[in-house]
Amino acid sequence: MTQGARPRRRSERAFLFLAVAAVVIPLACLVLLLADVLQVGLGRIDLSFFTSFPSRKAELAGILPGLVGSVYLVLLTAAVALPLGIGAAIYLEEYGSGARLAPLIEVNVANLAGVPSIIYGLLGLGVFVRALELGRSLISGALTMALLVLPMVVVVSREALRTVPHSLREASLALGATRWQTIRRVVLPSAYPAILTGVILAISRAFGETAPLVVIGALTYVTFVPDGVDAPFTVLPIQIFNWVSRPQESFLVNAAAGIVVLLVTMLLLNATAVYLRERLQKAR
Amino acid sequence: MGSPLSSSLQAAEELPVSARGRAPATGLQLEGRPLRAERLIEFGLFGCAFATVLTTVGIVATLAMEALGFLREVPLSALLLDTAWTPLFVEKHFGIWPLVAGTLLTSAIALGFAVPLGLLAAIYLAEFAHWRTRRILKPALEVLAGIPSIVFGYFALVVLTPLLQEVVPGLAGFNALSPGIVIGLMVIPMIASLSEDAIRAVPGGLREAAFGLGASKLATIFRIVLPSASGGIAASAILALSRAVGETMVVAIAAGQQARLTLDPRVPIETMTAYIVQISMGDTPTGTIEYRTIFVVGAALFLMTLMMNVISHRLTRKRGAA
Amino acid sequence: MNDSQKEPASKFQLRNVKAWYGDNEVLHGVDADIPEHSVTAIIGPSGCGKSTLLRSLNRMHELVDGARVDGQVSMDGVDIYGPKVDPVLLRRQVGMVFQKPNPFPSMSVRENVLAGARLTGTYDPSRADAIVQRALTQAALWDEVKDRLEAPGVSLSGGQQQRLCIARSLAVEPTVLLMDEPCSALDPIATTRVENLVHTLKQDYTIVIVTHNMQQAARVSDRTAFMLSGDLIEFSDTIQLFKSPSDPRTEDYITGKFG
Repeated sequence: MTQGARPRRRSERAFLFLAVAAVVIPLACLVLLLADVLQVGLGRIDLSFFTSFPSRKAELAGILPGLVGSVYLVLLTAAVALPLGIGAAIYLEEYGSGARLAPLIEVNVANLAGVPSIIYGLLGLGVFVRALELGRSLISGALTMALLVLPMVVVVSREALRTVPHSLREASLALGATRWQTIRRVVLPSAYPAILTGVILAISRAFGETAPLVVIGALTYVTFVPDGVDAPFTVLPIQIFNWVSRPQESFLVNAAAGIVVLLVTMLLLNATAVYLRERLQKAR
Repeated sequence: MGSPLSSSLQAAEELPVSARGRAPATGLQLEGRPLRAERLIEFGLFGCAFATVLTTVGIVATLAMEALGFLREVPLSALLLDTAWTPLFVEKHFGIWPLVAGTLLTSAIALGFAVPLGLLAAIYLAEFAHWRTRRILKPALEVLAGIPSIVFGYFALVVLTPLLQEVVPGLAGFNALSPGIVIGLMVIPMIASLSEDAIRAVPGGLREAAFGLGASKLATIFRIVLPSASGGIAASAILALSRAVGETMVVAIAAGQQARLTLDPRVPIETMTAYIVQISMGDTPTGTIEYRTIFVVGAALFLMTLMMNVISHRLTRKRGAA
Repeated sequence: MNDSQKEPASKFQLRNVKAWYGDNEVLHGVDADIPEHSVTAIIGPSGCGKSTLLRSLNRMHELVDGARVDGQVSMDGVDIYGPKVDPVLLRRQVGMVFQKPNPFPSMSVRENVLAGARLTGTYDPSRADAIVQRALTQAALWDEVKDRLEAPGVSLSGGQQQRLCIARSLAVEPTVLLMDEPCSALDPIATTRVENLVHTLKQDYTIVIVTHNMQQAARVSDRTAFMLSGDLIEFSDTIQLFKSPSDPRTEDYITGKFG
């Protein structure tokens, strides 16, 4: 790789132009997208946008139930997916080599990661909403989302565990620590900055997901804040979906404003993850 | 040892034996069963891992059960031979092909857009870009991949379709073209990143050998590097196809809700995913044939993406073995 | 487990010990008696199985995938591969020091010394200070670190880190200390320190040290075992082994004809 060397031939220069264009075009679209939502939506965002319920009048409508629903949903999702996902990662990394079912589980996780999110919605509808009779509730949504992000949580947690040097595990075992004592007091403390970063990124995905929640029957027009895990709910992306689907221009403004809130929140989550990683890594 | 040391040693020795931990240094206590808690914890962790298997079982069981319920009322031949999909009409037709065609049309447009761009971007990142440039561009592309699909749906409907209507005559407000391009945009980072990995995995010695023979950089890339990386590149394209087929919100928002068997990218169509959303947004009672159609469509979608993912994995593994 | 039959002077008795990695047999039946309160060195070229033999003594070998041990290893007359033996309890009595110093990076010097107690849940705050001082003193590190016990363990020099790891092992109060090329990552001065330490420690501990350095074996050990391709070729008093080896292969090795 002759990096930085100036290409001499004309054909090479033409090709390089195309290749640079291939990187620039998607990024330009990204800029265009961000510019549009900011231009259309930013002016719509004021305090009442955060504190109001949806309304038939676009100017009066707000995102309160969606935002609260999203926050509840993400917290519940994390509460289910993190123990399961990190536990599964620990099993596969630290115990898995000796276990007969481990290869099967590994292939399975890889395949699950490629299943379209809407299929998880059908799973949630069939199992949580219908079979377990949890209804079209917050908990059904959270369990569905937890299964959706589970493969991602497993993958990032395994990567984090893999960064812990083998010599530390050996040192601990040689001191007479059991496997679990080694994991809890040596491996996890070393891996947790990376685990934390990874799972925040995985969970922030849940914040932006729409399709599976539409399928399990999250409401689109909600004039209340959920008061329990068994309550009906909506989330911010679904409110945006509802507004985008309306023909009136004024609702598109709301959609753009909602998108700005959604993107800024996800940006903050990601920034938090990166910040925590840097801080925790420096602390050692 | 000096005198202050020995005094401290004595201090330690004076402590009662019971405080010295379980195994006193003198006697031999090796026998004991591994702690029960250890077993329980291992079992619990196994349970966590097994939850992923249960997820798969749950998906297959749910889809299969409802799909079989559907097939008891509608013969498989109707599903596969009919060319119309009108489960909500009075005169019901259950031919799945219009939905499949809609899905394949948007996905084909997506890949037609994303594969050339993604591959070019990968070549640029792997063979030309300075590492500092790459350090900026790669995260920027990842940002693109991290944006929720609902946002891309808005982009397709509100920004791109009006733009395209300026240049494409007869482009309807809902169409396959605009969401197709936007899905392409969404999968470009994936193709670029996986193809870059594949290109980087080509041994440097091959490039040097080609340069040594006097080949130009372009000839080296196209004759030597890309053919060697073709497995990985194909894997990235198939994985992107699987992603495009399963993409939901963009097509639900911007492609329309008219299941029709067409190759015309300018008119409203309906994809498999968009149909599931359409039914989910309505009030379809459980147990009805309409309700079951979404599981049938879901099962078909699941099989299609599973097949693609498996092929993609195979291709990647083959590259790893070679 | 017949205590009356044990030889008083030997800590470990190895009978026909074989070890595998998967299908690859790396120890072909080793017999040896390792005496108590002495230093036993194991020498031999790379890949001769000396580390494997060492790791069979605290059952660390079996932690690798597909690795297993066959034959009998007795410690104080107890078969450590017996069905009732918990390897975790065994390892609390058989400490181990590794090739590269591996203090726990998230822990201070003090915490590293106490790591064994912390890890195994036998931590007693009222004894902690005494344990720290005692273990660090035994490891000849106390004077150098007593003023920075709260500094990260990894902030010490390489030689200090290795002695910290020795202190960490001693704090668990083992009776045996296994050392797997403990000086290979250290400079000559640090090496000398550790060797002196080994000499002191043998009064209270049984020490088995694997080394690729024959001078080191000659300096620190009472008895030396020479291994080659998974076989124990010769095992005798160190002076005798180096001065008048009985096996020609031993002679070839110590005179530098191969290895």
